[in-house]
Amino acid sequence: MLTYVTKRLGSLCLSLIVASLVIFACIEIVPGDSASFMLGINAQPDTIQALRVELGLDQSLVQRYLGWVGGLLGGEMGTSYTYRTPVSDIVKDRLQVSLPLALYALTLTVVVAFPVGILAAARRGSVTDITVMGATQLGVAIPNFWFAILMVILFAINLRWFSAGGFPGWDAGIFPAMKALTLPAIALALPQASILARVMRSSLLDTLSEDYMRTARAKGLTRRQVLWRHALRNAMIPVLTIIGLQFSFLLAGAIIIENVFFLPGLGRLVFQAITQRDLIVVESVVMLLVFAVILLNFFVDIAYAWVDPRLRVRS
Amino acid sequence: MKSILLSSAALLIATSAYAAKTDVTIGLQLEPPHLDPTSAAAGAIDQVVYSNIFEGLTRFGSDGAVLPGLAESWDISEDGTVYTFNLHSGVMFHDGTSFEASDVVFSLDRARAEDSTNAQKALFAGIESVEAVDATTVKLTLSAPQGNFLFNMAWGDAVIVAPESIEDIKNNPVGTGAFKFSEWRQGDSISLVRNDSYWGTPAVLESATFKYISEPTAAFAAMMAEDVDAFYSYPAPENLAQFEADPRFTVLSGNTEGETILAINNKLEPFDDVRVRRAVSMAIDRQAIIDGAMFGYGTPIGTHFAPHNPDYVDLTGNAPFDPEAAKALLAEAGYPDGFTTTLKLPPPSYARRGGEIIAAQLREIGIETEISNLEWAQWLEQAFRGYDFGLTIVSHTEPMDIGIYARPEYYFQYDNAAFQDLIEALGVENDPATRSELLRQAQTIISEDYVNGYLFQLALTSVVNARLTGIWEDAPTQAVDLTAVSWSE
Amino acid sequence: MTENGFLHSALRSRNMVIGLGLTAVFVIGTLLSLIWTPHDVTALEIGNKLQTPSAAHWFGTDHFGRDTFSMIMVGAQTSIAVAFIAVGIGMGLGVPLGLAAAARHGGWLDEIIMRGNDLVFAFPSLLIAIMITAIFGPSAVNAIIAIGIFNIPVFARLSRAAALPLWQRDFILSARVAGKGKPRISAEHILPNITNLLIVQGTIQFSLGILAEAGLSYVGLGAQPPIPSWGRMLAESQTLIYTSPHLALFPGFAILLTVLGLNLAGDGLRDLLDPKIRRAR
Repeated sequence: MLTYVTKRLGSLCLSLIVASLVIFACIEIVPGDSASFMLGINAQPDTIQALRVELGLDQSLVQRYLGWVGGLLGGEMGTSYTYRTPVSDIVKDRLQVSLPLALYALTLTVVVAFPVGILAAARRGSVTDITVMGATQLGVAIPNFWFAILMVILFAINLRWFSAGGFPGWDAGIFPAMKALTLPAIALALPQASILARVMRSSLLDTLSEDYMRTARAKGLTRRQVLWRHALRNAMIPVLTIIGLQFSFLLAGAIIIENVFFLPGLGRLVFQAITQRDLIVVESVVMLLVFAVILLNFFVDIAYAWVDPRLRVRS
Repeated sequence: MKSILLSSAALLIATSAYAAKTDVTIGLQLEPPHLDPTSAAAGAIDQVVYSNIFEGLTRFGSDGAVLPGLAESWDISEDGTVYTFNLHSGVMFHDGTSFEASDVVFSLDRARAEDSTNAQKALFAGIESVEAVDATTVKLTLSAPQGNFLFNMAWGDAVIVAPESIEDIKNNPVGTGAFKFSEWRQGDSISLVRNDSYWGTPAVLESATFKYISEPTAAFAAMMAEDVDAFYSYPAPENLAQFEADPRFTVLSGNTEGETILAINNKLEPFDDVRVRRAVSMAIDRQAIIDGAMFGYGTPIGTHFAPHNPDYVDLTGNAPFDPEAAKALLAEAGYPDGFTTTLKLPPPSYARRGGEIIAAQLREIGIETEISNLEWAQWLEQAFRGYDFGLTIVSHTEPMDIGIYARPEYYFQYDNAAFQDLIEALGVENDPATRSELLRQAQTIISEDYVNGYLFQLALTSVVNARLTGIWEDAPTQAVDLTAVSWSE
Repeated sequence: MTENGFLHSALRSRNMVIGLGLTAVFVIGTLLSLIWTPHDVTALEIGNKLQTPSAAHWFGTDHFGRDTFSMIMVGAQTSIAVAFIAVGIGMGLGVPLGLAAAARHGGWLDEIIMRGNDLVFAFPSLLIAIMITAIFGPSAVNAIIAIGIFNIPVFARLSRAAALPLWQRDFILSARVAGKGKPRISAEHILPNITNLLIVQGTIQFSLGILAEAGLSYVGLGAQPPIPSWGRMLAESQTLIYTSPHLALFPGFAILLTVLGLNLAGDGLRDLLDPKIRRAR
């Protein structure tokens, strides 16, 4: 086990280094000078140069890369070009929206997908199963930004049950804050729940058809007992992978939804930073997200290897 | 007992609903990068701070007039080079430090310094020296007379700042205005509170919040749900008819200083031929663009000048909508089958939508355009600095900026010595009648040279709650002046 | 299984019928749009803007007076082209990588390819897509590249996982003994046996590609005007949704039904082609 962990740790570090190089390279190729963008159409060339020096844009690529990575290792993410405040502060603020939103959406996803998936697997072939399969097919096919807009029309503009978007901040109270995140979380959760329900169902069906299930039945356990006592636990493994993947997707991939509901989250931060050529923000936030995913994968792998010794030998 | 409690509760709720509101939430599209109007070009900064937090020697009124600001009055010497400003006394900055002539000296010297990052450094270039004569008098000497110096000092880039608070001005702006900076929730909103020790007429509102909503749909939803009390410069003109029909809202439609033009790269073949440029101008149906892109809001222009300005000359007749004549001109210039060129479009909808319409109109006379939708940073890089474009659409929102046609290195690269001499003469001219005449001539020259396709003057359309008064209808400068805003009953 | 049996089974699967039906409508519409649409999508008739559906304009008109039905037909071309080529990129580069990794299982090549896969999977795809279009400018081509890049690890992982057990099979071992090199074995023996899986995955990636293209176009990073695109139509319709809802409904449904059709067809194909499932039925 220890050797496995060490090996994975080693490849984790390697991945992070490669990721940082790739991110830095990609973003430095992006054309468009931050300084001239910030100062606008009428600025004089010498003013632009003064700003470039101030922002450290005149240093060499290697210097900037090393400075950036060095800072990251110390927990420093640099200073944003446009906002002139530390990136870590901005990220902390935005995480207050993105993290709860991702968790909220994930919770909705799991709460809906589990019973639905289990039910469909248990009643395989029945009307329930077919309805569930049909509904999840729709859920997967619907573009979530379109669904979000339809929800805004219905719930915010027509029924006035929710506000059309925006985030009042956690100091306005837990309930108002969660209310603001509800429609976005639903929009995000719809396709994810559909996917997860299908995975749950197929994983459960796979497990149920395994030989040892038949043994359990032969031993006299009822279908129900087989399902709950044995099948479910074993079926969870692929389900947990998907949940892990979905969480990292929800954290970073909610850009469009954040735009529809004008939420001050991480995704929208990066989007705006790209258009404003605020390279430091883009680099550091993408690196942070990649780091989160790689770390998450690492822990999931370790957990699996611990649970199932067969997985320790790379298949 | 219970009934008394209930009815008094009801009364409380009822009265609080009808008590005059003392705060306002205003929706805006673009969030500023920081709050220092003297070191960046972002109009979004001025929208928050101009006349609210910061003030200059002079200021713009809602109709564009140049009014006294921190300078109560001024004397100009005979030869027009020495300005003596008499400042208001007893003025305090928001942090309690006093405002004095030394602060004016500090601000102007900072703006015109070698390493200044002021985006409008040119405004201060003519200043030879600034000195504080006493605590409330400033003497300013120009190297040559400047007809529009007071006008220039009203710009947001010329506001007065204090050395005591300059360190953190970007995040904690300290000015002399009727409102104090309160809080900035990055990505969400900026809040101001009333300055109760303001030197002039205090504001009616106790507090104000600028809420940032960049998506037009989100703006629509926020307005309809009354999450904001007003949306300044509402980004989706297609919804305005709906707002007008709704008794809850009033739609304000006013003027801006934004000349929206189809800029032509004058040094790029075949646009170096005036006949080709003229053909392009005549292939365009201005009214169709106004109707299609701006849903009817906007005034056609025939030159680079604001129609609401008294010196405006209506030269739209120089380029009437005539595709047949345009095709003939192209043939005459040697392009009977037309040609292909690039059309680069920055983000605003007047550019994106206008661009699609113009592309279709140009196709009718044989000119094929490759449309590129760019972000501002890319547009600045490619079109503005790189001269890498054939056509582009942009709105120039600085007031009285016809002078850009006298700069041959400016992105559309128009180089006419006669015009440059004219603008130079205008710069030193103080007599209003002569200035008017020179401006008329300038407009005529660039119209007859078909430098760019002059489309329309951008309208300022804001949607406000019907009970809110005082929001400026026109935009003589980028600003959301809250000093006179209040709720009526 | 005979030809007749295949078709017979196909038509008995409800998924396949609906899926193929929807996909057929989509494909026929697209092919038709190459030669004819009810109205010219490049003709702007501002005076005719924002009409509700009528006999003249079956789906109404947009804010420039263009016929929505024609726009949807032509927009399908964009969706198909982008998604299809992106799948092509994914397969074309991913499958050889995966097969090579499986062939040299346990070696450094395998390790590098697997690490590379994990790395690409770790990147938030939408962010990278936005970055790519920021570097090279928004266009259909760049959308294809952006989507295609993320298809590569999918196919690499799939072909590797499918190829690995095959390497233990007798007929492969005999080919090795006969002296055939690994690349040849991969191409001649392994590949044909994983084709079924690739087709099914390809259908799924195709439908994902359509959703991805819609998303990119929606934020303005896909095909540029005047080329119609469903995602962009949705974006343009948003501020008008209250007064002219048809503009948002039709493109949204187009995306929904196309993706649905492809998914159902893909599921049906998998049911048909995967021996394990066939046995279970």
